[in-house]
Amino acid sequence: METTPGDDRLRPGRVQFALLATRKVEALMSARTVEPAAPPDEGRRDWEPLPRRSDRPGQLRRRPPGSGASAGKDRSGGGGPSVLARWGLRAASVLVPLTLWAAVSMAGLVDPTFLPSPLAVLEAFAEMLGSGQLLDDTLASLGRVGTGFGLAVLISVPLGVAMGTSAVALALLEPAVGLLRYMPAAAFIPLLIIWLGLGEPSKIAILVLGVVFFNTLMVADAVRRVPGELGQAAATLGARRGEILRKVTWPYALPAVVDAARINAAAAWNFVVVAELIAAESGLGYRIVRAQRFLQTDKIFAVLVVIGIVGLLIDVALRLLRDRLGRWVA
Amino acid sequence: MTLVLRGVAKDYGTTRVLEGIDLSMEPGEFVCVVGASGSGKSTLLSLVAGLIPASAGSISLAGAPVTGPGPERGLVFQSGALFPFLTVAENVAFGLRLLPISRADRERRVRWYLGEVGLSSLAGALPRQLSGGQRQRVAIARALACEPAVLLLDEPFGALDVQTKEDMQLFLRQVWRDTGTTVLMVTHDVEEAVLLAQRVLVFACGPGRVAAEVPIDLPAYRALTVKRTSSFLGLRATVEDLVRSHMLTPEREKV
Repeated sequence: METTPGDDRLRPGRVQFALLATRKVEALMSARTVEPAAPPDEGRRDWEPLPRRSDRPGQLRRRPPGSGASAGKDRSGGGGPSVLARWGLRAASVLVPLTLWAAVSMAGLVDPTFLPSPLAVLEAFAEMLGSGQLLDDTLASLGRVGTGFGLAVLISVPLGVAMGTSAVALALLEPAVGLLRYMPAAAFIPLLIIWLGLGEPSKIAILVLGVVFFNTLMVADAVRRVPGELGQAAATLGARRGEILRKVTWPYALPAVVDAARINAAAAWNFVVVAELIAAESGLGYRIVRAQRFLQTDKIFAVLVVIGIVGLLIDVALRLLRDRLGRWVA
Repeated sequence: MTLVLRGVAKDYGTTRVLEGIDLSMEPGEFVCVVGASGSGKSTLLSLVAGLIPASAGSISLAGAPVTGPGPERGLVFQSGALFPFLTVAENVAFGLRLLPISRADRERRVRWYLGEVGLSSLAGALPRQLSGGQRQRVAIARALACEPAVLLLDEPFGALDVQTKEDMQLFLRQVWRDTGTTVLMVTHDVEEAVLLAQRVLVFACGPGRVAAEVPIDLPAYRALTVKRTSSFLGLRATVEDLVRSHMLTPEREKV
């Protein structure tokens, strides 16, 4: 039955008719009326009502702020400590141990060899800085870790991408990588000395070993988390397998890959001491080992602080990079 | 280009989820498929899109068999499946970038499609800044930009609220008119199917198959008010009854 657009206007008389027509159609459909009768007995619950807990449910749980891409932004939504309070807490977390340390040292409670005073540490720091030794050591260590970590990234990213996208690659690589990941890199030192000697290559190899397997697995994870639908959508738009990998899988996984790198860069940086155990002649780890020999605990502390700060700076830099690359993350 | 399915069946292991699908679509037709959940409607779309292979039968477009996914059979997913790391304009341009056309040509086309879906002002926005309805518009524009012979839509408005859904339904018909694309849409909303389509196919479960076909004798140009006409209501009732009679589990009578 064809109707012209004009017929669809609902004039008062037509409303009644429309209602009648609707009811007729409904009657023709299987009768489904709402009756005020009692509900059937099957389905009634015949147990005691649930007990209620005494403390108030439904209190707004405050999510801990500062994780992931939201770092730095105030995500408490008014429910947590204020920005000022949080900075106060951060300051306290550094100042309170520092004050305790100073107090313990000044009170002479501990042998200065075991626990040098903050002042002694500061002096050792100033001395190393002034003589240029600190800068040389830092650059040497950064160079080693940079090379080692860079190499590890060059190896682990392609392997990880392969493992995350190809079932063949996964089956091939996962057992080996999984096993090697659990072998402590430090245990490889004697082998590496035999294979590569006492120079830089063995130190860099240790750094690579310490990081490459973990990074491969994390990259594979990041790639695997790319939603399959996106690849399918790209295929229906005409993309071939290689194009899907380059234009969809990689850009999606990139922030997570950078995050994995950030975590493993920290691990590599921590590892610098282990690497420099192999007959180093410069570097922050070497400096600690030497200071250890002469019981110069103030120097050890100073170098540890430098290692910690440099590590933090690396972390912050990579965090910023990840946030920049991951602006699109929901 | 005609889309022809002949005797198409799909098995997952030993379970046959689709059986004996015979379907033929003329160029420019708008066909909706309705049916209860689990009747294999989405599987049908995946088969036509070429994302999964058929276990039996043949699917062909303009005489050429379907062997894999491609831009001539555009697919709009229920979730939109926009590339979150690309802006709206870049999303729409995605398929075009793969083709040997000039940048100016590509940008002109993207601008036209963005205008068509009413999102010109949001060209530089990221998907995470868009609402559900806006995302679906981008998804539709993205698929249409590749000038598909057939546009496949998998419950595209399922996640939207009623007002947005009505907007999008009218919008889809408008776009269909403007581009003359053949449209095959899967939906569980019978009212939506009757409003939009020229024919409605009712799917039954266990295994999925075409149980009935209802031609929609409504005017060529439809406003939302057509939903109140008796012809619409009658058609809707017919289709609903067909869907219910082919559901897997019997319904409760009185609640």
